[in-house]
Amino acid sequence: MLEDKDKIFTNLDGRAAVDLASSKDRGIWHQTSRLVKRGRDSIVEEIKESGLRGRGGAGFPTGLKWSFMPRSSSLPCYLVVNADESEPGTCKDRDMIRFEPHRLLEGCLLSAVGIGAHCVYIYIRGEFVRESEVLQEAIDEAYGDGLLGKNAAGSGYDLELYLHRGAGAYICGEETALLESLEGKKGQPRLKPPFPAGLGLYGCPTTVNNVETIAVVPTILRRGASWFSSFGREGNRGTKVFSISGHVNKSCNVEETMSVPLKDLIEHSAGGVRGGWDNLLAVIPGGSSVPLLPRSLCETALMDYDSLQELDSGFGTGAVIVMDRSTDIIKAIARLSHFYKHESCGQCTPCREGTGWMWRVLERLAEGRGQTSEIDLLLQVSKQVEGHTICALGDAAAWPVQGLIRHFRSEIVSRIETRQEKESSSAVLAEEPA
Amino acid sequence: MSVSKNTTREDFAFRGGFAERAKKELAKYPASRKQSAVLALLDLAQRQNKLTNCVTDNAMSSIASMLGMSVLRLEEVASFYTMINRKSVGKYHVQCCMTTPCMLCGSDDLLPFIEKHLGIVCGESTSDGLFTLSRVECLGACANAPVVQINDDFHEDVTPERMGEILRKLKPSKKNVAKVSPATRGAKL
Repeated sequence: MLEDKDKIFTNLDGRAAVDLASSKDRGIWHQTSRLVKRGRDSIVEEIKESGLRGRGGAGFPTGLKWSFMPRSSSLPCYLVVNADESEPGTCKDRDMIRFEPHRLLEGCLLSAVGIGAHCVYIYIRGEFVRESEVLQEAIDEAYGDGLLGKNAAGSGYDLELYLHRGAGAYICGEETALLESLEGKKGQPRLKPPFPAGLGLYGCPTTVNNVETIAVVPTILRRGASWFSSFGREGNRGTKVFSISGHVNKSCNVEETMSVPLKDLIEHSAGGVRGGWDNLLAVIPGGSSVPLLPRSLCETALMDYDSLQELDSGFGTGAVIVMDRSTDIIKAIARLSHFYKHESCGQCTPCREGTGWMWRVLERLAEGRGQTSEIDLLLQVSKQVEGHTICALGDAAAWPVQGLIRHFRSEIVSRIETRQEKESSSAVLAEEPA
Repeated sequence: MSVSKNTTREDFAFRGGFAERAKKELAKYPASRKQSAVLALLDLAQRQNKLTNCVTDNAMSSIASMLGMSVLRLEEVASFYTMINRKSVGKYHVQCCMTTPCMLCGSDDLLPFIEKHLGIVCGESTSDGLFTLSRVECLGACANAPVVQINDDFHEDVTPERMGEILRKLKPSKKNVAKVSPATRGAKL
């Protein structure tokens, strides 16, 4: 268990006030100028050494990503913070924004120094109206106190920071779609390369990072890379905020060490599975996009990139969706397919057509309407969507379906057979003369 | 899409506080990149339109010319984002999240309850123009599922009983209902 003294987000439960003075009491904005004055190279090096990996889902090493930004460019450089949190199961960024806005803003300043940007846009999802109000208030406070703007925090570094609200599109959480949306277009992902570090916002070098990634930067710089990397296993360092939802006694956002056993996380941090551990059916461990784990695999799974990959699932955003035995697992995955169908941007044919197709088949299978041969057909189609699209939404739509078939094929088969038996017996009854 | 019905006689302009906010939004982006403010302006236009809570055709052409976009491009953007309404929406837009985490926590019972309470099915508006009911995808508050968004506010850990209370509070006395403009009656999303 992570001790309170090692928690980065000290107000994740929102018990303390979020204004600037209270935030300063919690150590935020403390001698920030000294950290800024360490300079770009030192900051990037420290983040590299800390082993911090992007917290938005892909897990790309943050320091490495920052080092892709050009050293000298005639164009302005941008830092874009991805606060378009929409992955089902994930609600960590929301609590960071509404309860720790200044931690994010301080992170923006230090990260901007790390990539040589003087302009930051925070792209927050449109539905978070109240959260954007809290964040805007924090931005205004920070400007008023000289922590942002010219000579930010007295460091001699100039930083302009703006809040940009989205308008309800999951796909805008994909970094290039986010940039398109920020430029005032439909949020359709761009082909990569070119990568944003070369050609990003307005054609200028840009780094896009998740809220959590940015918000942990100040603490890493204060306490040192060795402190941060003392948590978690090799390649999976640090602390992480996990969102736990579904059939648990105390659904919550909680900060824990990386590589925490999934069972501990559910049993200790989330008050246990509703009806006890034996009542557990399956867990989606990393937000809706990753394949589910049946209970047997949940016993040993560690919450990190490598462990979950070994189990043919993924760490994603670290959002744990717990499902107990009362769950109609086929329906639960069908509902995710409906989500992806709704959120597909329509640009690539395999995704646009495939997501809807997979949803329709799953809805039928959930009712037992279909043939057992369709299960393999569904699997085959999901493989044709996966990896054949510009962005990862196609993969994200395919993986939950593949996970369902991998672990619950017998459930789908028995549902089909039950229905067939029922239909044939009622057909026999109908044929019998009255 | 019945866009033609969505025209008002008056020319569109941002007024008062909305004009100020529009100006502020435009100032966030480089002068040559005004188009970046498109979502903000569409949002403001729909907030200013208290009658039908959507972006009218007049507002569309006005915003298009403010941003130097063609109306067609603007229409593409407006139709891409679910929060931009091009058709009239009730005073209270009740949006029930139905994605898996909310489903696990009972949203499948919640939506039928709201439908019954308001006497409409998902996608419709009440005849007094007060409520529009929509099914939405993940609202991003999964640890507090099920979640229902009404206009700018999230209602979390909602049960049918609590939902009933919330909706009753929003429904004014009969005297006030009569004041609602006939233009919004029978409006459908």
